[in-house]
Amino acid sequence: MLAYALKRLGVALLVALTVSIIAFSMVYLPGDPAMALAPESATEADIEHIRKVYGFDRSMVVQYLDWLFHAVQGDFGQSHYLNEPVANVIFDRLPTTMLLGACAITFALLLSIPLGVIAAIRPNSLIDRIALTIAVVGQAMPSFWFALTMMLWFGITWRLLPITGTDSWKHFVMPAIALGYYVTPGVMRLTRAGMLEVLASDYIRTARAKGLRPVRVLFKHALRNAILPVVSLAAVQFGFMLGGSVVIETIFAINGLGFLAWESITRADLPMMQAIVLVLSVFYIVLTLLADLLNAFLDPRIRVT
Amino acid sequence: MTKQILEIENLCVDIDVPSGVLRAVQNISFTVAKGETLSIVGESGCGKSITALSLMNLLPKSAKRSADKLTLDGRDLRDLNEREMSDLRGDAMAMIFQEPMTSLNPAYTIGNQLEEAMLRHRNVSTAEARDRAVFLLEKVGITAARSRLGQYPHQLSGGLRQRVMIAMSLMCEPALILADEPTTALDVTIQAQILHLLAELRHEFDSSLILITHDLGIVARVADRVAVMYAGEFVETGTTEQVFNAPSHPYTQGLLRCIPIPGKTKRGAHLGAIPGIVPNLVGRIEGCHFASRCPYADDACRTGDVALRPSFEKSHEYRCVLSPEICAANLKSGAAA
Ligand SMILES: Nc1ncnc2c1ncn2[C@@H]1O[C@H](COP(=O)(O)OP(=O)(O)OP(=O)(O)O)[C@@H](O)[C@H]1O
Ligand code: SF4
Ligand SMILES: [Mg+2]
Repeated sequence: MLAYALKRLGVALLVALTVSIIAFSMVYLPGDPAMALAPESATEADIEHIRKVYGFDRSMVVQYLDWLFHAVQGDFGQSHYLNEPVANVIFDRLPTTMLLGACAITFALLLSIPLGVIAAIRPNSLIDRIALTIAVVGQAMPSFWFALTMMLWFGITWRLLPITGTDSWKHFVMPAIALGYYVTPGVMRLTRAGMLEVLASDYIRTARAKGLRPVRVLFKHALRNAILPVVSLAAVQFGFMLGGSVVIETIFAINGLGFLAWESITRADLPMMQAIVLVLSVFYIVLTLLADLLNAFLDPRIRVT
Repeated sequence: MTKQILEIENLCVDIDVPSGVLRAVQNISFTVAKGETLSIVGESGCGKSITALSLMNLLPKSAKRSADKLTLDGRDLRDLNEREMSDLRGDAMAMIFQEPMTSLNPAYTIGNQLEEAMLRHRNVSTAEARDRAVFLLEKVGITAARSRLGQYPHQLSGGLRQRVMIAMSLMCEPALILADEPTTALDVTIQAQILHLLAELRHEFDSSLILITHDLGIVARVADRVAVMYAGEFVETGTTEQVFNAPSHPYTQGLLRCIPIPGKTKRGAHLGAIPGIVPNLVGRIEGCHFASRCPYADDACRTGDVALRPSFEKSHEYRCVLSPEICAANLKSGAAA
C-alpha cells in the first residue's frame, strides 16, 4: 500500500509541475505582457519601464523558476488590479468555492447513487425510467440555462429562494443544485451499470447461498464493488465542478474563486489568473490522488499493481 | 431404514425465454438419505445446475419452480418465504459452485467471508467464528490457516479458493451439501484431490451430498447412488453398482460404453462421446427425449410419454420403452461392437 501511495504521489507531483508550466505560460498567451499592462497612450519608454519593474526583461526560464519558487511558498505576487497580494485574495475567496463545491457534490451523490442503485435493483421499472430521464435531460441541458431557469421559477416567480449572494444556507441551495446536477447523470449511470454487473456476479450468488439478508448482500457485497469506479468519477467531476463554478458563481454572484476568475479575466489581472489556474489544478490533482488511494483501500487487487 | 434428508417428487422448473417456455427440469423425483452421496451426471445444458439452484431457491427471476413434494429434513420448502428460505441457506443446506475464481468477493478477506457464513446463522462471537474458520481451513488441507484468514481471494490459486469454498460450506455443518461441478474449472491434477477431500469431509461431518459432475471415474468411487440426467429428465437412477454394472438406458449405456466397472473406471473420463445434439428444451418434446440420438429408436418411442420403469431390481429405474432383458442384450451387443 505504501509503495503504491508513493508511486501515485510521484505521478501527481509530475503532473502538478507540468500544470505550473502551463499556468505560467498563460502570461505570454496574449503576446507581450508589458504591452497588455500598459495604457494605450504609453510610450516606448513607458513600456520598457514596465518590463523592468515586472521583470519581463529576464529570460522565460528564469521568470518561471522565480515565479514557481515563490508560488510553492504561497506567494503569487501582487494583483495588478486590486493592489493586494494575490494569495490573500485567493484564500479569502477559496472557502466559499469549496463550500459550494462540497454542497454540490453532496447533492449530486445523494441523488445519483441511491437512484443508480434502485435503478439497478429494478431494471426497467418506473424508477429506472425516471432516473434515465433525469440522466438524459441532465446531460442535454447547459448548466447556465438550468441555473437561469431555476432562478426564474424559485427565485422570481415563487420567491422561495434568494437569487444572489452568500448570506445564508438558502443562498447555496440553487447554486449547489445547478452545479451538482450536471454531475448527477454520469454518477448515476455508472452506479447503475456497476451494480447491474456486480449483482449478476458469482460472488453475489455465493453471498445469497450463505443465507445473507438482501440488505447485507446489497450493501456489503455489491455496493462496495460497484462503487469503485464511482469514487474516481466523483473526484474527477468535483474537479470539473470547481471549473464549472466560474459560470455558476458568476450567475448567482457568489464571491468565490470562480467569480474571481471571471473578474480577473475581464481585468486582465494576469498574476491572479495564473494563481487561480494553478490552485484549481493542484486541487484537482490532489483529488484524483485521494480517489486513487481510496480506490486502493476499497479494492485490495489494486494495491499490488 | 435411514432417515431421508431430502425428498423430492415431480420437481419442475420452467424458464421464460424470448422464444417461449424452456422446460429446464421436468418431473424429477428423488430422495437423499442421511450421510448419502447422490451423483447427478449428464451432458452440458441438461438441467443439473438448475436442479441444484432450485433446491436453494436461487433460480434466476425468469424461472418458476413447482413440485408435488419438496422437503428438507421433513420441512416443506415449498411454502417458505424468502426470509425463511434464507435462514436455511448456508445453515441446513450449503452449495459449492463451479467457478472458484469468481465465487468469492474480491473486496473482502477470506476470513471475513468465512466468518460471515457462521455469524449469520449462529449466535457466536467473531473470535469463535474465526476459530471455526481456522479449524475448517486446516480440515480442507490449507497450511498456515490462521494467517491465510487475512488474505484476499486474488492472492489464492483456484484450487485453494475451491478449498475455501468447501470450508465455507461446512461452517454451519449443513445436513445437505450441493456441489455443482466443483472441479470442472480446476487443473486435472487438482480435480481428484478436491473431490476426494469433499467425499472425506462429507463422511466426517455426516452430511448428505449431491455431487454434480462430469467425471464418471469419481462418480464410480464416491457416489452411493447415481442419477443420469438427459434433457431435463432423469433417465436412469440406481445404486452406483446397478448403474455402472448394468446400465439399462441406451443413453447411460452410451456414456459408459468403455468404462463399465466401478473402481477401474479411468480418471477424468468425460461425457459427450455420443453423436448428435441435445434437443431444444423450449416447448414440449413428444415421446422419448433421447429418440433423436438413440440407435434403437422407433415409432413407439416417439408417441406418448415414456415413464420410468424398474429394471431387474426395484431400486434401479430407467426411462425407456425397451424391457430390461432387451436392454441387457443391447448392452452386450453394443459392448461387443
Ligand atoms: N438464466 C437462464 N435463462 C434462460 N435459460 C437458462 C438459464 N439458465 C439456464 N438456462 C437453460 O436451462 C437449461 C439447463 O441449464 P443448466 O445450467 O442447469 O445446465 P447444466 O446441466 O448445469 O449444464 P453445465 O454442465 O453446462 O453446467 C439449459 O438449456 C440452459 O440453456
Ligand atoms: S424409448 Fe426408444 S428412443 Fe428412448 S431411449 Fe428407449 S429405445 Fe431409445
Ligand atoms: Mg451447470
